[in-house]
Amino acid sequence: MSEVPQNLRYTSDHEWVRLEDDGSVVVGITDHAQEALGELVYVEAPEAGQEYGKGDACVVVESVKAASDVYAPISGECSESNGALADEPERVNQSPYEDGWLVRLIPSDPAEMEELMDADAYAQFLIDSDG
Amino acid sequence: MVDFGGWDMPLHYGSQIDEHHAVRSDTGIFDVSHMTVVDVAGPDASAYLRRLLANDVAKLAAPGKGLYGCMLNDSGGIVDDLITYRLTDGAYRVVVNAATRAADLAWMNDVATAFDASVTERPDAIMLAIQGPRAVELAVPLLPPSLRQEVAALEPFGCAEADGIFVARTGYTGEDGFEIILGEDAGLRLWDAAVEAGAAPCGLGARDTLRLEAGLCLYGQDMDTTKSPLVSGLGWTVAWEPSDRDFVGRGALEGEKKAGIPVKWVGLILDDRGIMRHGQRVVTSAGDGIVTSGGFSPTIQRSIALARVPGDAAGVCQVEIRNALRDARIVRPTFVRNGEILVEQDSD
Repeated sequence: MSEVPQNLRYTSDHEWVRLEDDGSVVVGITDHAQEALGELVYVEAPEAGQEYGKGDACVVVESVKAASDVYAPISGECSESNGALADEPERVNQSPYEDGWLVRLIPSDPAEMEELMDADAYAQFLIDSDG
Repeated sequence: MVDFGGWDMPLHYGSQIDEHHAVRSDTGIFDVSHMTVVDVAGPDASAYLRRLLANDVAKLAAPGKGLYGCMLNDSGGIVDDLITYRLTDGAYRVVVNAATRAADLAWMNDVATAFDASVTERPDAIMLAIQGPRAVELAVPLLPPSLRQEVAALEPFGCAEADGIFVARTGYTGEDGFEIILGEDAGLRLWDAAVEAGAAPCGLGARDTLRLEAGLCLYGQDMDTTKSPLVSGLGWTVAWEPSDRDFVGRGALEGEKKAGIPVKWVGLILDDRGIMRHGQRVVTSAGDGIVTSGGFSPTIQRSIALARVPGDAAGVCQVEIRNALRDARIVRPTFVRNGEILVEQDSD
């Protein structure tokens, strides 16, 4: 069973979102997602200043198997991305919720956070979608 | 686990990348029992295989040797790539791919109707590949005493058989090692003994990145029934001499050769960031080509690919990765062999 921290919000595409004290949000992919993707070998993260609507592809993660898009869970502007992943994409596998974070966004509509799943709902979603 | 040609097979046993490195630096073991083993015997066995295959089994001057090559259709397209071993004077063992099993067997039986030769699949055979710079010293002591001396002395593509255990000094990784065909019980015992002796269990994922680095073709990706060996980097496996050997597809290949081969099969190394994948467009000064296999090279730590490009293409090129053109270079399609990186890593 994959790890689902209580303090995060989740999407059905297996992204997680963490609201920071300064109002920004940090985005990554869940433990379930990194497990399904396999070992990551490349992460293409956006430049600061890029703007995304909710659901826009904002990061590309490539594993030993395939390339996958990561979608912006809420709309906003990228303020930074995780530069350490350029040389160590495996951090996403090793620490999907901490060292393996992908991008930080400045939300354009913080209320969109409320539309995301909480940890219990996402854990249930994983159970329900386990084919 | 993934479905591969109807077989449930592990992509990895934990870490595909660790498994890859184990084979380059030490020893890995692969369960490749999905491969289809076919025995060919009878008075016409040799004549039949000389008709069936584009390479010439007459090169196997004595039993105990193997030969890589292609089985073609009448149009010169590749039905499959395979290794043929000569077991005795009138008996051969052919190892073909799993995904092509049904088509291969149908074609082999079809061509066999004109010959006094039997074509017998060995569906119960277990096949293990033990590969890596330490594979030989690890594997030899695990084999029956009756085989050890002979197996330790095998040349590349040499083979030996005793007590129902067949061993060939072949592989699909670019490293030294053996491919071993044996019964189920003996296979399970050998697997456990090899792992106990330090061989890392390796899945399909590492098998693919290892063969990609070694520049070895994968059927279905780098070639198929619409591609001849001449456009798949496999022209060297076509035995044109003797000129009167009428192998299946010969006429088509001769026509193709006479008309001029417009494309060639090359390696690509990506200088930009990103990962090249099967099917991506290659832009060269001589026109467009296509990536046939691509991925991340754990040994070189960047993306490499195999590609079919215009015959005049050389030097720098670009690969279209997810709607962006990325800089790459055309290189010889052998990136890593016996643990050594063979391509220039830096462009300038």
